Amino acid sequence: MTMEDKHAQTYLEEARELLAELEEAVLELENNMSDMELVNRIFRAMHTIKGSGAMFGFDAVAGFTHHVETVLDQVRNGVIPVTNDLAGLILAARDEISSMLFGASEADSAGREEIIAALRSLLPGEKNEGGVAGAETKEAVPDSGAEVQPVSSRGMRATYRIRFIPGSDTLRYGNDPIALLNEMDNLGELRVTALADRIPCLEEINYDDCYLGWDMTLISEADINAIRDVFIFVEDSSEVAIEKIANETTIGDAVTEKVGEILVARGDVPAEAVERAAKDQKKIGEILIEAGTVSKEKVNSALVEQHIIRQQAERHSATSIRVAAEKLDQLINIVGELVTTQAQLTQAAGSNGNSELLTAVEGIERLTGELRDCVLGVRMLPIGSTFAKFKRLVRDLSAGLGKEVDFITEGDETELDKTVIEKIGDPLVHLIRNSLDHGIETPEKRETSGKPRRGIIRLTAAHAGGEVIIAVEDDGKGLDTEAIVRKAMEKGLIDDAKSLSDSQIFNLIFQPGFSTAEVVTDVSGRGVGMDVVRREIEALRGSFDIQSKKGKGTTVTVRLPLTLAIIDGLLVESGRERFVIPLHHVQECVELTGRDINNTHGRHVMNVRDRLVPYVRLSEFFVTSDREALSIEQVIVVQAEDFTTGLVVDRIVGEKQAVIKPLGKMFRQADGVSGATILGDGTVALILDVPQITRCAQREEAA
Amino acid sequence: MAKTIMTADDSASVRQMVSFTLKQAGYEVIEAADGKDALTKLNGAQIDMLITDLNMPNLDGIGLIKGVRGMPNHKFIPIIMLTTESQESKKAEGRTAGASGWIVKPFKPDQLLAVVKKVLR
Repeated sequence: MTMEDKHAQTYLEEARELLAELEEAVLELENNMSDMELVNRIFRAMHTIKGSGAMFGFDAVAGFTHHVETVLDQVRNGVIPVTNDLAGLILAARDEISSMLFGASEADSAGREEIIAALRSLLPGEKNEGGVAGAETKEAVPDSGAEVQPVSSRGMRATYRIRFIPGSDTLRYGNDPIALLNEMDNLGELRVTALADRIPCLEEINYDDCYLGWDMTLISEADINAIRDVFIFVEDSSEVAIEKIANETTIGDAVTEKVGEILVARGDVPAEAVERAAKDQKKIGEILIEAGTVSKEKVNSALVEQHIIRQQAERHSATSIRVAAEKLDQLINIVGELVTTQAQLTQAAGSNGNSELLTAVEGIERLTGELRDCVLGVRMLPIGSTFAKFKRLVRDLSAGLGKEVDFITEGDETELDKTVIEKIGDPLVHLIRNSLDHGIETPEKRETSGKPRRGIIRLTAAHAGGEVIIAVEDDGKGLDTEAIVRKAMEKGLIDDAKSLSDSQIFNLIFQPGFSTAEVVTDVSGRGVGMDVVRREIEALRGSFDIQSKKGKGTTVTVRLPLTLAIIDGLLVESGRERFVIPLHHVQECVELTGRDINNTHGRHVMNVRDRLVPYVRLSEFFVTSDREALSIEQVIVVQAEDFTTGLVVDRIVGEKQAVIKPLGKMFRQADGVSGATILGDGTVALILDVPQITRCAQREEAA
Repeated sequence: MAKTIMTADDSASVRQMVSFTLKQAGYEVIEAADGKDALTKLNGAQIDMLITDLNMPNLDGIGLIKGVRGMPNHKFIPIIMLTTESQESKKAEGRTAGASGWIVKPFKPDQLLAVVKKVLR
């Protein structure tokens, strides 16, 4: 038996008893018509039969009993007199209830209707209504008024302003304001400010009065009714004001509200008072002039500049539009799919051969390319705003370090993908800090070395090929290769430095924990920075390079891809595998013949227009199987990080726009591969990480 | 420590349902059949919350609520009245007597638990 059945069972037993009591009481009443206590007993019995009946599924009984209860209530109030007819009616009702609960069938609705009609005719004002068969279950299931609503509509997040000032007797009713604050907290993000202005001094405090109130801001997906429900038990005796300030789309406008405006909106301060206060308020310029800190002319000229800048901003914002980042991401995804599908289309049209089709497909190819570039361009932002933030950083830092530095930026208008801009900030800050701390010398030292007193840190950005090149250049004391080598040997990173080029020595500083700074300053020197910088830049598919001359200065050059989503590449085949080589690395394509191999006596280098270029066979690098020996192999000469390498493949298929699909977690560590793309025929081609392969090749060649 | 809730109702089936539902949820439950029974059981005991019907013999819900609020150790506990939809005036009376809130009959076990969670910290 389920619990519900058990409750129902208990109810039936209870009802049986009540019906028996009822009968007794009514019979007694007939002899003592003025005994109100009997009427009460009868009322209570009916009330319980109805109330509990509705609880446990006996809706028909509950509905029917309701009519009896209504009449009995009026009898209690003295409105309806106790008569023999009434008693008879109640007994008839009792029998009806009994047969509904315990009788053979519930089907005797005719008799029920009569009783109901008779009952209703007793009620004041209903004397003339006859035989209206109200739906019996109409009143049987009222909804529970104190039904605590769960968060009803999961919608947009909105920001609400709530003021809750409990009545002073709230605690005496057993309501706990803290419980209500906790309930609010469960609806979303809640910030609470207590309003303590009504707390009297100690002698006057009545310990069971509530003197506190709270102003709250709630950010929640719940709708306003769910929030109102929290206060359902206290709203009659407390001040509860709930207002939606903004939702996700309008929050941008709400952010400009000044404190005065918020106070007026809350009704705490009349609007005129705020206006008056604002007029009385002295402007900062006036205060400074009065204090003699600055001249009137200088303030005026600063105001002119402010005006001009505001004008510019307005002009700019009038022709620009804010777009949610998610919408752009979606657009790029779709364009990406479009590019892939268009590739399939091109391939299919090629094999189909229909000339009309081919023409149309070429048109689509062109348009898709344009669309792709356009969409990617939408996400591009000039790096100038990031550079501007650094100006302040340099000023504060150099002041703190006692150094005098000019900070110059070039290429502010260079555009990068929004995500790249967001993520490049931190690494650049670190590089600038390094320059300031370890690069630029103190003014005195510079003078003794014959350098100008003021140091220069130059930050430049430019497009080159399919990349953005950002350089941090300083004219400080440069990297000390000897110190680095010494430190590296100390740390056991290398055994000797004889065969290391300068570039390789510089790369040592990227090892975690490496720092040649004698003193760890607040700014840098802890040795945790450079390897993090490298990781962050590599995470953006970027690379970097350090050039430095002792005594002269250091330049760190960072190369970043223009976009992280789509890449122009060269599709090649090696064995059964296909690879995509990012086009911006490709310099030229040459052939490798048996003769070239023989000429170099087993070393993997070849002569390309009088340059010695090391090469890597992709089939060897990736250990692909099923290679047929070819007499002539294709070599794609690529350049990365100032190193030139040849990638040897079997066949060059052609140029391809590849939508980059990231590799799964398992494969991200794989050397030489930075992603994958789906070709027109549905197969997968791996996208080569040219810098990585190049580095490997250089290492091997050096060995 | 588990909280103790008293349920006062003259209907055995309601008492049973309330008791079962609350015990299932981890509360201790004391049952009373009417207001007088409730006050007797409260003598010397401490409960954390009271759920009471309004219509009971011997001492009804209003009387019980007043009595409980008069006990110093129960001055601030949450008291929930069980009302029916036709009892608006009684509801107001209960509130004046010191009830914290109400649940309308008929109610489901979930609704009962939601209100308990709301008022009992």
